[in-house]
Amino acid sequence: MAGYVSKNIRDATSKSQRGTEESPLVKWTLVALSGTFLAVFLLIPLANVFVQALEKGWDLYVSALKEPDTVSAIKLTVIVAAITVPLNTLFGVCAAWAVAKFEFRGKSLLITLIDLPFSVSPVVAGLIYVVMFGLQGYFGRWLDDHDIKIIFAVPGIVLATIFVTFPFVARELIPVMQATGREQEEAALTLGAGGLKTFWYVTLPSVKWGLLYGVILCNARAMGEFGAVSVVSGHIAGVTNTMPLHVEKLYNEYQGQAAFAVASLLALLALVTLGVKTLLEWKQSREFARAQQNVESMMNK
Amino acid sequence: MFGDVAAVKNVSFTVNDGELMALLGPSGGGKTTVLRMIAGLEVPTSGDILIRGQRVNDLSVQKRNIGFVFQNYALFKNMTVFKNIAFGLKIKKWKKADIEARVFELLKLFGLDGLEKRYPHQLSGGQRQRVAIARALASKPSVLLLDEPFGAVDAKIRQELREWLVKLHHDLNVTTIFVTHDQEEALEVSNRIVIFSEGDLEQIGTPREVYEQPANEFVARFIGVMNVLDAEVQGGVARVNELQFPAHDVADGTKLRIGFRPYAVQISTDLSLYPYRATLRHTFFLGIMLRLEFELESGLILRSRMTKEEYAQLGLEEGREVSLQIRNYRVLAAETAALGPEKELSYQPPPTIGENI
Repeated sequence: MAGYVSKNIRDATSKSQRGTEESPLVKWTLVALSGTFLAVFLLIPLANVFVQALEKGWDLYVSALKEPDTVSAIKLTVIVAAITVPLNTLFGVCAAWAVAKFEFRGKSLLITLIDLPFSVSPVVAGLIYVVMFGLQGYFGRWLDDHDIKIIFAVPGIVLATIFVTFPFVARELIPVMQATGREQEEAALTLGAGGLKTFWYVTLPSVKWGLLYGVILCNARAMGEFGAVSVVSGHIAGVTNTMPLHVEKLYNEYQGQAAFAVASLLALLALVTLGVKTLLEWKQSREFARAQQNVESMMNK
Repeated sequence: MFGDVAAVKNVSFTVNDGELMALLGPSGGGKTTVLRMIAGLEVPTSGDILIRGQRVNDLSVQKRNIGFVFQNYALFKNMTVFKNIAFGLKIKKWKKADIEARVFELLKLFGLDGLEKRYPHQLSGGQRQRVAIARALASKPSVLLLDEPFGAVDAKIRQELREWLVKLHHDLNVTTIFVTHDQEEALEVSNRIVIFSEGDLEQIGTPREVYEQPANEFVARFIGVMNVLDAEVQGGVARVNELQFPAHDVADGTKLRIGFRPYAVQISTDLSLYPYRATLRHTFFLGIMLRLEFELESGLILRSRMTKEEYAQLGLEEGREVSLQIRNYRVLAAETAALGPEKELSYQPPPTIGENI
């Protein structure tokens, strides 16, 4: 009985969709328009990066990447990401857990704060740290007395990157955790599992795709961040230059091919991120569809 | 006794070892809260919970040794049936061979053989429920708690599952408490029923007790259909229109609320057999039973029920005149005119007036 009803409703909606559908002309015009737009503004420039990078041959490309300052920039970028991503993963999981599973005062404030880095210009994010830890900043004198360098050093770059990338994991996880609810975790508790085991065996597996997705996005941004890092880094070649900063420096010094070579690495990172993201989204939607199917098959029985 | 947590207040009851007990009440009545408090998923602000004589208030969920079956089963969807059932045993550090033996024993007992490698999404609703119960029972808990165990399945398999639960309880003899809002389910499945409304405990009793001797009007109306009338006592007789109920030793002017089940209304087509005259106004078909509405000469409507056979034997039809009597009834509430409603409790109504069935 329930099955018949739901089928009828589905038929009705599909008909109404057909009723409001525009003519093929409109459809294809819109598709062509967005396709052209994407090609002109995204695909051609992206392809150009690789073309420019490899223009003078593979050997020069490789030697451009082997240049000491470039190697140091790549290393620094990887180090920054290696510190930032785990920290933000931890923070993201905690924040998402708190938001999705508990009711407390100031919850919406917390959500707003998580989103803050999305709405603040990265330059401002960098400046905040300069104001706090720079030589003229609040803690500058004290830090200088104790010989701790934050601004124009790696710690400053890490701090700025953490600020800019902290929404990614939390934002991805909150809806996934909300959708799974608390019942499975409560079931684990009644079966004798403690908090940590519950998290490890029950919570984590059920949000793994969402978590991975958030981590990938967080990583991409951590490696690619320019504005905030630019303010706090001081642009010391071979010491505090990350890849994006190094690209700019090379370009400003008229080393176009070398700049494009490094840029091609960042572009490659973007493509890999995109690929993994698509794969994860597909995995997630397949699991979701499977869950949906089950609900329907249960109702039809 | 449980504390004053959100929905529940002054609730106190005892579940005997091996009993199958139902917590029954309308949605939002606090039944699930009580169940979750027994499990330790919710903390009472005052009052004690004892399991086998031991106070468990300060014991965490993990240490209470209870089995909990959630309304939507809450199976671990990333684990196979085997791993779901083995979960608690693994946590409690059972030996691998023992876990395997126990899981396969349960699979067999629950008719789930061969499904151990399936994931929850590859199971039917009934199978999922059985896995959930098997998982809850795996480490031999002292109490099995089920939250609306038949809520998530449709009417057709619900009946099967009820019978199955009764059989399971009979075989395993584990103390079981389940929550339901379906009175029929509670009557059919349980040994005893605790009835809640809006956080208050209304009555505890066997299915027969709560049906035949409802403690108050709420219980009477919640468990099955009941005719409820307001009567006033004059000269040892409580009267509602032409209806009269004997009420010896009750002061004049006392107001009584009188209730009786539809089957207590006896009908005859012989107009001189029973004291009251009435006309059959409506007949409702409820499968093999019929619900009938009779209008007394004064306009009062009474509900009755009988089987199709009885209906045919009597040759009834809508508009037909009959005579009727009320075979047994209960006083649901009483209030003396002199004392007013706030002194209501000082009057103890006799437990049952009239004959028992």
